[in-house]
Amino acid sequence: MSDVSTLTPVLTKDWGTDRSWTLPVYESRGGYASLKKALTMAQDDIIAAVKDSGLRGRGGAGFPTGMKWSFIPQDNPKPKYLVVNADESEPGTCKDTPLMMASPHVLVEGVIISSFAIRANTAFIYIRGEILHVIRRVQAAVAEAYAAGHLGKDIHGSGYDLDIVVHAGAGAYICGEETALLEGLEGRRGQPRLRPPFPAVAGLYASPTVINNVESIASVPSIIEHGPAWFSSMGTEKSKGYGIFSLSGHVTRPGQYEAPLGITLRELIDLSGGMREGHQLKFWTPGGSSTPLLTDEHLDLPLDFEGMAGAGTMLGTRAIQLFDETTCVVRAVLRWTEFYKHESCGKCTPCREGTWWLVQTLAAIERGEGSEADLDLLLDQCENILGRSFCALGDGATSPISSSIQYFRDEYVAHLTHGGCPLDPAASTVWGSSLTRSGA
Amino acid sequence: MTLETTTLEELRAIAARYPEKRSGLLPMLHLVQSVEGRVTPEGIETCAEILEISPAEVSGVATFYTMYKRKPVGDYHVGVCTNTLCAVMGGDEIFAKLKDHLDVGNDETTEEAPGKKSITLEHLECNAACDYAPVMMVNWEFMDNQTPDSAVQVVDDLQAGKEVTSTRGPRICTWREAERVLAGFPDDRVDEGPAAGEASLLGLRIAEQRGWTAPGADASGETGTEPSTAEGAVEQADTARAETETKQQEAADE
Repeated sequence: MSDVSTLTPVLTKDWGTDRSWTLPVYESRGGYASLKKALTMAQDDIIAAVKDSGLRGRGGAGFPTGMKWSFIPQDNPKPKYLVVNADESEPGTCKDTPLMMASPHVLVEGVIISSFAIRANTAFIYIRGEILHVIRRVQAAVAEAYAAGHLGKDIHGSGYDLDIVVHAGAGAYICGEETALLEGLEGRRGQPRLRPPFPAVAGLYASPTVINNVESIASVPSIIEHGPAWFSSMGTEKSKGYGIFSLSGHVTRPGQYEAPLGITLRELIDLSGGMREGHQLKFWTPGGSSTPLLTDEHLDLPLDFEGMAGAGTMLGTRAIQLFDETTCVVRAVLRWTEFYKHESCGKCTPCREGTWWLVQTLAAIERGEGSEADLDLLLDQCENILGRSFCALGDGATSPISSSIQYFRDEYVAHLTHGGCPLDPAASTVWGSSLTRSGA
Repeated sequence: MTLETTTLEELRAIAARYPEKRSGLLPMLHLVQSVEGRVTPEGIETCAEILEISPAEVSGVATFYTMYKRKPVGDYHVGVCTNTLCAVMGGDEIFAKLKDHLDVGNDETTEEAPGKKSITLEHLECNAACDYAPVMMVNWEFMDNQTPDSAVQVVDDLQAGKEVTSTRGPRICTWREAERVLAGFPDDRVDEGPAAGEASLLGLRIAEQRGWTAPGADASGETGTEPSTAEGAVEQADTARAETETKQQEAADE
């Protein structure tokens, strides 16, 4: 394995190419060849190829994509739908946004192949509304694909019809949850639905629906082009293929790094030039703020589904946010908690009320008020939310709190004994690095 | 003031994009904002009429999503990310500086003045550009890697009516024009700006320098490693919730 490339650009390979978002450039680099190949394949063979590849959902949960497709009951007479979840909002997550801006056609091609496989004649791309230029690029790519005959009626003489609707959201983190997203797409308040029934059986308009993340769908053309064995030659035993790792925060060069699953944080930090000069890693999220924090003890763990689960956290969206020793963990966690409180849809009591109480308790500790018993109160509040709320938003709200108390209990206590935050927030800013006070 | 016929036609055209017309509501409200400068009572009633639902149902939606505004928005909407990572990297300082400089609070608009464009200032949650922190958005276009000084320069230029260009995108249009694109009526700016910003390209550049690529087409790994049952899949999946739910479904199926 030593001759294997550390980074493996597939989805990112065209991003540096001039006008990469246009159809002529995409086709000049081999684009839409996979679509033509797929249209000659039996639809079940496409599903089998995606299953065999071992591709697992890239939106955070890691559910096998091909299996999700096979859950669609083909004997159901209702229309089938494919919905792409492009509501990228998990704090730290910033991979689908540059993908759609630079290479919208790889997503469109993936949508066509995937829709063909599950026998959907209408597909939707639900993009968060706050990324205007990305929406422009996807709208234009869909229009170009229609004009080229990749979309519409009888695509390339195959007899297969497909329409794609690009749908802009309107600001709601909760719509990243797939059933809340369907509510938004049906023109309603984005509140999650009770499951079962699962979307595969009764999703959009109570019809069989597959909902996949942008990166999952964009990975499909490469699997069709090179085959499932090619895809599974990358990655680890149960976490196959490549993925985009997004590094942000106190590293020298934050950015996007596409690598086989299983790369370590140490390797990624090295590639990004190390932590910013003169500073050390303190804590990090492996896959967004809803995945429990890790520390510098976890630099050599494989960044795959199993490696992260083994450390009590989750791979999530590979949204790696890195914080150095200038950052107050209590301040960081309080801010995330305020976010979950703000974004709670209000449907269920544990999340709606619980996130409010979490903010009250945490904010008091951050101000240096209260006692050490409040840490146990916080953990008790977390226990009453985790697994008791309607959807994963409530679960996610507890992750930064319980993990930070596990690793940094002393720092919480220091706020109480110090009468507030012992750290200077100015030192953690981009321009404040040189202002770092002595002892930091 | 009543909505013009062309707007009514466009609202109906949005609804007609979908198999069921109510699906058009989110983009329809974006169009209402582009015409009215906010979600007006009249806009709500018009959407309700077209979709054959009650105005209360439309209001329920309009008040759920944060991009819909009940108060008039300025010529430009400026958002500063103050979610954890951007806040720590300097977003809190930028937001404080802009509040002070523009003399407004969160979700407030600068006063109308002759020859001066108005700005609505708001703090934002994560806007999916964390590798460019601290991030500011102008009418939902990226203004990457900001400092307090650069942010002040941007709002000064906007207020003075100077042309401002996204650091990773096109020339900035007005907030109302942006809302029209979100409603699904494209403008002509799609080809402006680069394919990607520098941070997005870092991994690709390193791979090119070192000759790293994805494996060749002849590469072969083990296939069929996917679990054969749904239960096996949820055990692997990254959430305990999926497991509980699938077991519930299986119990219900029996």
